[in-house]
Amino acid sequence: MTVTLTAPAVAPPAAAGPRRRRRTLSPTLLAFVLVPLLVETFWVFWPAIQGVYLSFTSWDGVSPATVVGVGNYVELLGDPTFGRALLDTVLWLVLFGGLSALGGLGMALLLLKDRRGVGFYRAALFTPVVFSLVATALIWQAIYQPDGLVNTILGALGLDSWQHSWLADANTSLYAVIVPALWRQIGYIMVLYLAGLKGIDPTLYEAATVDGANKWQQFTRITLPQLSSVNSVVLSVIIIDSLRSFDVVWALTRGGPYHSSELLSTYMYSTAFQSLRLGYASALAVVIFVLAFGVILTYLVRAFRDADA
Amino acid sequence: MSRRPLRTGGYHLVAGGISILWLLPILLVIVTSLRSFDDVAANGVGGLPHSFTLGNFAQAWVDGGEFQAMVNSLIVTIPAVIITLALGAISAFALSRYDLPLRRTVLLVMLAGNLLPPQILLVPVSKMAEMLGIYDTLAALIGVQIGFGLGFYTFVLYGFMRAIPNEIQQAAVIDGASPTQIFWRIILPLTRPALASLAALAFTWVFNDLLWSITVIRTDSKMPITSALLGLQGQYVSQWNVIAAGSVIAAIPTVAVFLRFQRHFVAGLALGAVK
Repeated sequence: MTVTLTAPAVAPPAAAGPRRRRRTLSPTLLAFVLVPLLVETFWVFWPAIQGVYLSFTSWDGVSPATVVGVGNYVELLGDPTFGRALLDTVLWLVLFGGLSALGGLGMALLLLKDRRGVGFYRAALFTPVVFSLVATALIWQAIYQPDGLVNTILGALGLDSWQHSWLADANTSLYAVIVPALWRQIGYIMVLYLAGLKGIDPTLYEAATVDGANKWQQFTRITLPQLSSVNSVVLSVIIIDSLRSFDVVWALTRGGPYHSSELLSTYMYSTAFQSLRLGYASALAVVIFVLAFGVILTYLVRAFRDADA
Repeated sequence: MSRRPLRTGGYHLVAGGISILWLLPILLVIVTSLRSFDDVAANGVGGLPHSFTLGNFAQAWVDGGEFQAMVNSLIVTIPAVIITLALGAISAFALSRYDLPLRRTVLLVMLAGNLLPPQILLVPVSKMAEMLGIYDTLAALIGVQIGFGLGFYTFVLYGFMRAIPNEIQQAAVIDGASPTQIFWRIILPLTRPALASLAALAFTWVFNDLLWSITVIRTDSKMPITSALLGLQGQYVSQWNVIAAGSVIAAIPTVAVFLRFQRHFVAGLALGAVK
């Protein structure tokens, strides 16, 4: 009590010195902010503006770009591959995102309490996070081979009829690509949820137990509401990661066969650097940006609120 | 009383089972990397091993060009991580410890840059690199990795530096310390745990990147390890023993960083979650 009372009385004179100092913009501090800002402007903001501009042009990268207005966007509307990539991206978001959130939360709940062996279990789930998605993809490519682990196990179980060329079949390729992506993402989401769960005040559970709440009630009435801020982080991470997902698909199928595992990101890359339709690819990139925009904005608003908290 | 050991046993069965399932692909790639081609061809990638050889590693390392790729990756990753963290630290310092005009706006604009989907930058960045004459060089890759990562590191370090009590700084101000001295002698040492976490994370991110490297690098001998690994996949089609050895080699540096800085690493990932 005395501390809170005396603090304001002492603070003003002490703060006056540094505050006056702070008002004068020292060139060093200005440089501290401006140099990084310029670096980011050069490599990120300026290219981003150019990217939007290029989306209104037709350009092969060699001859000068010609402005075609919204032509690229009109073409997108009638492009079946774009439709497929958009649909797959939504599917990816729901399946990859949904399952990694559920799996991550489930694993975090399972591995929350400190008990013997839990460190090992957490590390096991977390290990794939440090692998590159390309190495991950190659591991799974071997697993999906006709003579790979999946078919070997199916054969051993007597399910020979289920054996399959998983990545080469247009019906299964997308799902076959999601599995390795999940294998890696679940460990990451688990870490986020573990951090969130550890931050919940244990007395809440004690009080609930005294009131006779069962485990399920405790989960829905305490755990989930308390996790709301982590949930929103996880949601942002999932949406942004889904729209960015590229490596694992590119390494496994390059979007094929017949665009069956095509995401917006892989379609954008191949349109730009293989078909060399740089204007059209930029329009695809703008679509990805527009889809991400809502999330980016929500994330920033939250960050803005937290920045001084 | 009698149900406790049963429940504990059940827990370890479930958690242990999942862990083994999770580690199985890693085990498989290690085993495959140690098998001979004839063995894999005869018994399948999913079959039980009948041979043991270390030759696949030599093949991936020398013939597959992974040695050069590893050197390239380190040439990109180490400077990129150091420079990004240095730039992130100075901007976070100025923004968090001083009442600069528009400081929150600047911070959020920088964070926004990191949240942008990289796809919108790919074409312009590759063309910019061409104009600057650094297309197909590691310098272009270092540059874009710094620019793209900067916002996130600034944001995380800002949060961390903001939490340092003001009294510590005021004492130094009264003693006449300049901002540079305060940064170097007081704030930076106190920020070390966050810097360690971010360095471990940044290392794996930059090292594992594929998209930027296949966008700005064309020549095989300049490829970093992830894109070289894709090359290996094309060069050694269905020679799973060599591809597996290549994947193991590519994973060693990040796994080493993870094992060495495990706690920092996990803490780094969780940094954004709890706020």
